[in-house]
Amino acid sequence: MTATSSRKLIVKLTVLASIWAILLLAPYWMAPLGGYTALATRVLVLGLAAMSVNFLLGFTGVLSFGHAAWFGLGAYGTGLTLKYLVPSTPLAVIAGILLGGVCGAILGALLVRRRGVYFAMVTIAFGQVFYYIAFQWSSLTGGDDGLRGFARQPLDLGLFKLDILTDANSFYYFVLFCFALAVGAMGFILRSPFGHTMIAIRENERRARFLGIPVERHIWIAFTLSCFFMGFAGALYALVNNFADPHGLHYSQSGDFVMMAVMGGMRSFWGPLLGAAVFVVLQDYLSSITVNWMSFVGLLFILVVLFFPRGLLGFFQRSKA
Amino acid sequence: MTLLLLFNITNGLIVGAFYVLMALGLSLILNLSNVINFAHGGFLVIGGYIAYALSPYVGFWGALLLAPPLTAVIGLAVERVLIRPLYGRDPLYSLLLTFGLAFMIEDLTRFIFGPQGKPVAIPAFLAQPLSNDLFFITGYRLFMVAMVFVAIALLFVLLRYTRLGIRIRAGTLDLETVAALGINVGLLRSLNFAVGIFLAGLSGVLAAGQLGLEPTMGTGLLMPSFIAIIVGGIGSLPGTLVGGLLIGVASGVTAVFFPAASEAVIYVLMAVILLIRPRGLFGEEGMLS
Repeated sequence: MTATSSRKLIVKLTVLASIWAILLLAPYWMAPLGGYTALATRVLVLGLAAMSVNFLLGFTGVLSFGHAAWFGLGAYGTGLTLKYLVPSTPLAVIAGILLGGVCGAILGALLVRRRGVYFAMVTIAFGQVFYYIAFQWSSLTGGDDGLRGFARQPLDLGLFKLDILTDANSFYYFVLFCFALAVGAMGFILRSPFGHTMIAIRENERRARFLGIPVERHIWIAFTLSCFFMGFAGALYALVNNFADPHGLHYSQSGDFVMMAVMGGMRSFWGPLLGAAVFVVLQDYLSSITVNWMSFVGLLFILVVLFFPRGLLGFFQRSKA
Repeated sequence: MTLLLLFNITNGLIVGAFYVLMALGLSLILNLSNVINFAHGGFLVIGGYIAYALSPYVGFWGALLLAPPLTAVIGLAVERVLIRPLYGRDPLYSLLLTFGLAFMIEDLTRFIFGPQGKPVAIPAFLAQPLSNDLFFITGYRLFMVAMVFVAIALLFVLLRYTRLGIRIRAGTLDLETVAALGINVGLLRSLNFAVGIFLAGLSGVLAAGQLGLEPTMGTGLLMPSFIAIIVGGIGSLPGTLVGGLLIGVASGVTAVFFPAASEAVIYVLMAVILLIRPRGLFGEEGMLS
């Protein structure tokens, strides 16, 4: 008994250590394989977004199909702060997180009583509200052309300056640091008693209710937390591109995030990161070889749903068992 | 001012009637099969392009007659091959699959017919305005609304008086019991799906005559149809009907006073209605919650 559980612990730690080693060394092994550091940065940011979606989808069992709204709000919050308020990267990121998270919290309160397809439809529709605002309010957001004219600022760490604007590697490590903070928080929440109630709600909502868990309030908290994480990812995305555009809030972007989570494996913590990596690299490759990449992405959706519904990690876990 | 308001209300009703046609198809499929058909706009585009391809040979009337059933046949094939395996599973999967399908339909239409818009010729007598004062009411617009009402009337006759329709309605309420009574639920779902796609195809042909065709046109019409369903209440077809007309008129009237918000207003309307009546106007307690 103790032998197997300690062996399990060793396996777990090895997996964790290798994930972080791969992420830490990414700028060094990406280039020889034909990738580039900026691609790794995008994978991290979109991976964080997919993990945030999965925080709700995979661990609470609630399907939000409008999460791109909080992602896009995070991006606009960051971009607008950098452009009009203060040229400070950390403050801009915080502004982005708050904008995405607070808007999510407010709308979440309106949504939590819905379930299943109803919840999905209402989240799609509400997500589109923010898309239209970003699209129509051109004087502030730049409308369809997107928000331009801002750039991430070098970090002043007191002892030395970190030039994340021009040095791709420094920027990668900055994003990795942020990613680690967010993912650490996510893991911490999932291990807490609250995290266990989330899983209890996913497994059997009625039973959770009988046990005295205030289900609506817990779903609202999980939704809100997930929106804050999403805002964080969006804020980083604005820094990656020095640009924010309305497409980042569109429901098709939400679909991409859900797809990344499903493709990687919804029931596993790291699955969505793997899904994001596969999705980003594939999309990058397809759009470089064909103008009809949309058809292939659509085909990918269909094939994953029909043949890989448990995702890549789910597939491996199952074949191991 | 009065004329402008009248113009926009008429316009809103026409657009609303259009949303209704789309939304009824979506609603049928959602109610019976619990599938949010993201590719509904894609089927609308297919219907429109079939009409475009046929109309040089069979004319507008022939295309109007042939395109919707052909679209329904394509829908039936898609349901058999792609959607049927997903019925037992979480609605997440059918959502993602139809989402990918919508991508493919849009991209393939662009690949086959090109990204430029295509006009579909309508009979000359329909293109004329009815009178000089009310210049905006062309024959075609009236014809569109009339067609929508005929389609709705036929749908309600189908659902109320035919065996298929009664089974569809029974299945919406309790599919398990319907299955236990020895009705082939798989076939029922397929036929129901085909009826929904027929309506999408019809919307496509009608839209083609009014707006011309573009590969992306389906996506733009999908979201208002969603909102029509949510506003009217999920699970209620009369609700969808009222919801569609309501948001059409709301955006038409807003266009007079505050044009920039004419698209956003339907979302505001949805938010207000969900605050007052969380299940939508005609939604029933316990339906699909």
